[in-house]
Amino acid sequence: MFIEARITERIRSGRGITTLLFDRPMEAKAGQIVMVWIPGVDEIPMALSHISGVASITVKEVGQATKALSALNVGDLVGLRGPYGNSWDLTPRRILAVGGGVGMSPIMTAVEAVNDRSRVDVAIGARDAGEIIFEERARKASDDVRVSTDDGSYGIKGTVVSLADAMMREKRYDMVLGCGPEIMNKYLLKACNENKVPCQLSLERIMKCGTGLCGSCVIDGLRVCVEGPIFTGEQISRMTEFGKCKRDDAGLKVKI
Amino acid sequence: MTALEVDLAGIKLRNPTLLASGVMGETGDSLLRVAVAGAGGLVTKSIGLEPRKGYPNPTLVELPDGYINAMGLPGPGIEAFAEEMEIATKSGVPVIGSLFAAIPEDFASLAIKMESYGAAAIELNLSCPHAKGYGMEVGIDPDAVHAIVSSVKDAVRVPVMAKLTPNTHRLLDVARAVEAAGGDAIVAINTVKAMAISVEARRPILHNTTGGLSGPAIKPIGLRCVYELHEAVKLPIVGVGGIESSRDVLEYMMAGATAVQVGSAVGRRGLKVFREICDGLAEHMAANGLNRLSEIVGAAHVH
Repeated sequence: MFIEARITERIRSGRGITTLLFDRPMEAKAGQIVMVWIPGVDEIPMALSHISGVASITVKEVGQATKALSALNVGDLVGLRGPYGNSWDLTPRRILAVGGGVGMSPIMTAVEAVNDRSRVDVAIGARDAGEIIFEERARKASDDVRVSTDDGSYGIKGTVVSLADAMMREKRYDMVLGCGPEIMNKYLLKACNENKVPCQLSLERIMKCGTGLCGSCVIDGLRVCVEGPIFTGEQISRMTEFGKCKRDDAGLKVKI
Repeated sequence: MTALEVDLAGIKLRNPTLLASGVMGETGDSLLRVAVAGAGGLVTKSIGLEPRKGYPNPTLVELPDGYINAMGLPGPGIEAFAEEMEIATKSGVPVIGSLFAAIPEDFASLAIKMESYGAAAIELNLSCPHAKGYGMEVGIDPDAVHAIVSSVKDAVRVPVMAKLTPNTHRLLDVARAVEAAGGDAIVAINTVKAMAISVEARRPILHNTTGGLSGPAIKPIGLRCVYELHEAVKLPIVGVGGIESSRDVLEYMMAGATAVQVGSAVGRRGLKVFREICDGLAEHMAANGLNRLSEIVGAAHVH
């Protein structure tokens, strides 16, 4: 359903990364997405970064729409549609949650939804220290939070996938949750398969209607807005397009 | 022939529910999924000569009783669509190729390609209410429609259906033009031109300002159009607009539809809607001693 919401708080979460809190709560489950309308600019899909009490999104400036969103001030208006899509399955006993950059948004809501510090560990990664987000939030919700940066400017030097791989070798997990760039998801899936740990990954595609009609966001016929955004490792292993190509605005296949 | 089978302009459908154009019809794999879900046939996204990005978002507004969309006819273009048709035609159900163009010659060349890809029929989009120069802009002129249908009929052997707009007082004249030009079926209706405004933002929500309303909100309009078309032309009619249940299908058939299309319900009810409709139809037939669905087509014309 479409609602008009105003921004009540604006938090700088990292370099070029802004969290916007809304004055309207949203009945959502961890991992679900909303379509965010910036009047006069665009409407884009975003994972919710807070779902209990208040609703929020966390935006990294990459294009015109995310720059406009990041520039909004307290009191400014956005339109929200949703929540859309499925949510994380958090029933497995021991969970490792892996977030790359702003991919931490749906990971953080999952970690908080588990609501048991001993059941969920967190691996946070980014290119450098400035893009590490939600470390404090994660430490409040988990006993074992580790951080890595590609350039070694903070935490362990290396990719978050190598960090997650090391954690899987060290401790036993029943499920891995992952969200980040597709290349990260691709190697995380590989690491999970090697360690024989099942996983769920949150994927991203161009999204227009958000309601399962237009088919813009399909990966091998599966709609990211309905059957996703979260897919199991088994589903993803059967996809021919994952990690290789995506559809552009016209529905043409383009290489990733 | 099972009880739910219908004959639409010579095309055998295992049941009367077709996937409407514009819904999950841009890729072969998504079309396949709809066939697996139980649709009797598939209508592709409307395809044009060249790739088109469509309009920027917002392209859709969700309302309690439907959607308003202004996608702007995005699509990969007829050349690239060959790959998608190759997949879709493996579905085992008829795939109807929907086409949009501005002039008869372009419609004809698109239709020739679509037929060569294995389309069981051609559906002419003469009714999209939000794409400049296409759809409704050509589809409200009976002479233009006559020229387009004639040109496509000359170009292909498969049946040619015309999808018409309710956004005109000349719907019946347009339908008669389709019939006179040798068209094989009428599809009615496409979306109703509409808009939505954000009070807080004090502006239209859709990027294109206006779009097309679909879903249960337009069912009574679709029914009325099909009812009037049934009296105006002899061509088979495919009923579209707000169909979500077997009762809706029965109403459309009694108004004069031979088959129906389901679109918005895929979003509102999910892909299971095709099976639910077919189960309901089978129950109604058993309870009323019907052998063929064709027995009720036009049954509501009692005056």
